[in-house]
Amino acid sequence: MFATFILALRQAGLPVSLTEYLTLLGAMKARVAEYDLNDFYYLSRATLVKDERHLDRFDRVFGEVFKGLERPPGEPAGEIPEEWLRLIAEKVLTPEEMAKIEALGGFEKLMETLRQRLAEQKERHQGGSKWIGTGGTSPFGAYGYNPEGVRIGQHESRHRRAVKVWDKREFRDLDDDVEIGTRNMKIALRRLRRFAREGAATELDMPGTIRSTAHNAGTLDLRMVPERRNAVKVLLLLDIGGSMDDHVRISSELFSAARSEFKHLEYYYFHNCPYERLWRSNRRRRDETVPTVEVLRTYGPDYKLIFVGDASMSPYEITQVGGSVEHWNEESGRAWLERLTSHFRRSAWLNPVPQDFWGHTQSIGMVNEIMEGRMFPLTLRGLDDMAHELVR
Amino acid sequence: MAAFRSTENYIASRDLEVAVNAAIALQRPLLVKGEPGTGKTVLAHEVAKSLGYRLIDWHIKSTTKAQHGLYEYDAVSRLRDGQLGDPRVHDISNYIIRGKLWEAFESPEPVVVLIDEIDKADIEFPNDLLLELDRMQFYVYETRQTIVAKQRPIVIITSNNEKELPDAFLRRCFFHYIRFPDRETMERIVQAHYPDLRKDLVREALNVFFQIREVPGLKKKPATSELLDWLKLLMVEDLPPEALRAKEGKLIIPPLYGALLKNEQDVHLFERLAFLSRRAGA
Repeated sequence: MFATFILALRQAGLPVSLTEYLTLLGAMKARVAEYDLNDFYYLSRATLVKDERHLDRFDRVFGEVFKGLERPPGEPAGEIPEEWLRLIAEKVLTPEEMAKIEALGGFEKLMETLRQRLAEQKERHQGGSKWIGTGGTSPFGAYGYNPEGVRIGQHESRHRRAVKVWDKREFRDLDDDVEIGTRNMKIALRRLRRFAREGAATELDMPGTIRSTAHNAGTLDLRMVPERRNAVKVLLLLDIGGSMDDHVRISSELFSAARSEFKHLEYYYFHNCPYERLWRSNRRRRDETVPTVEVLRTYGPDYKLIFVGDASMSPYEITQVGGSVEHWNEESGRAWLERLTSHFRRSAWLNPVPQDFWGHTQSIGMVNEIMEGRMFPLTLRGLDDMAHELVR
Repeated sequence: MAAFRSTENYIASRDLEVAVNAAIALQRPLLVKGEPGTGKTVLAHEVAKSLGYRLIDWHIKSTTKAQHGLYEYDAVSRLRDGQLGDPRVHDISNYIIRGKLWEAFESPEPVVVLIDEIDKADIEFPNDLLLELDRMQFYVYETRQTIVAKQRPIVIITSNNEKELPDAFLRRCFFHYIRFPDRETMERIVQAHYPDLRKDLVREALNVFFQIREVPGLKKKPATSELLDWLKLLMVEDLPPEALRAKEGKLIIPPLYGALLKNEQDVHLFERLAFLSRRAGA
């Protein structure tokens, strides 16, 4: 009955299965939605969409299939990278300023210009009044203001004025087509688990109780043991800022996965390469830093050390005294890396840069050499390999 | 067929009504997600109330196992009774403790089961409940009996998105994402909760509230439940609407903001923004 619809949804990349299709038909048969297009829309949405990230795509397919809406003919084919559009700041304009902004010509012209801009523009852009980006007054982009704007990559209309919501958003697909999600990461990190009984005795020890009861000639003697817990201790050092901005999402996913998976998880941040100071809170990194030696003293060699960083920097930042981009370092990055890796028995480096590109950056090779080849790409495979390496 | 509609103290949007009714009609679980404080848990209470069914509330914690919802075998008391020569020991069923789902399956009249915050449990928890929620039956090994639901209960599951749920589990559910209500709906919700609140105060309060939600970078945006708490405080303090009125587009720090912003970093951010905005205006 709605086979076309289901196929169109699948084509759009929504994970709709036969089960859900049959459920929808069942609900129609049970007359949940009777002769009302809106109700049918709500019903099919509740049946076929299982994740709020898909809602937007569902709406589009629904519109196309049931209202015979055509895709706008003039859609340019260029991909808009996600990072251009990430919300960083929002410009707040006064009414006077808004009045000053003149709308470009008609809708046709808007599309025509967008196509041109897409072809011309090569870099990320924010603010300003011409290029596509965020927070600006150009008619293209997001979180900005232009009375006739085309919205790109923004969840809902901020000023409720956009002429048309841009729906073919390639970057949106990143949200769910990524193979590596928090769930997958957790499964991969589970390899790192090592169960041990530590702490207060809170669980009944069945075999122990039976044994000691038998010893007591049948008089009950309860034995308790501590709960079995994941005893692995992890120290996470995360690179933050600069070139890592491109990898913020995947790093934070890893962080949240790790955080719920390990009972003993400690973390610190560094920039590009760890030197004599690390920090816990990125917001107050200027005034609240911790000496790296103190970290070395605090956490014993049984902690598993995991660096997360793209290791992409100038080679001087690793080899030279005073090579850091931010401050004068008395000892080279290499010295600190070696100190860290020799203190902890097991260590590894996770790199969000795809492995194919490692050869292009000299510093990645240098760090990998210091890590004695224990650098892994931040993919499921890489996490798996890393876990194997760390529990060996 | 019983159907769910908005009640005078719970304003449900039409799409939510359809989703609930679909779950009732096809007797499948309904998974509800949404920002914290948008009335996910309250929904189950209201569905139960409007259908006149009993509500069985199973609150999930990080230590909850799927088995806890079915039954537990209390081996320790049986061992003790065996020692003391209690005759009850001969019947193992005396030591089977029924869980919430068993209770729901056994009930002669239909019930509403709320599995609250399923994402708090272990990552395998939903997988362990697949068959039980699909067939509404399970097997008790100790007594070798199969418990089948007399009446398939209406199951409402809430999640805060802390963990992703497995696909096989999602296939079996209806899904609804409670969107944050728009201004109009919000006014109806406020009306439903505080019918005697002054109109102008509500208007000013909603202005401030939506303005705060627009502030970029807040860790926890205030939601419906925070708004209702805040309004209650405003009523208790008997503040005039003027206290909430901002000068043209400027941010003000609202009185009693502690009810709206729950995070010290947010308060900090907000104070800084308000300061900047004041200085820009001066």
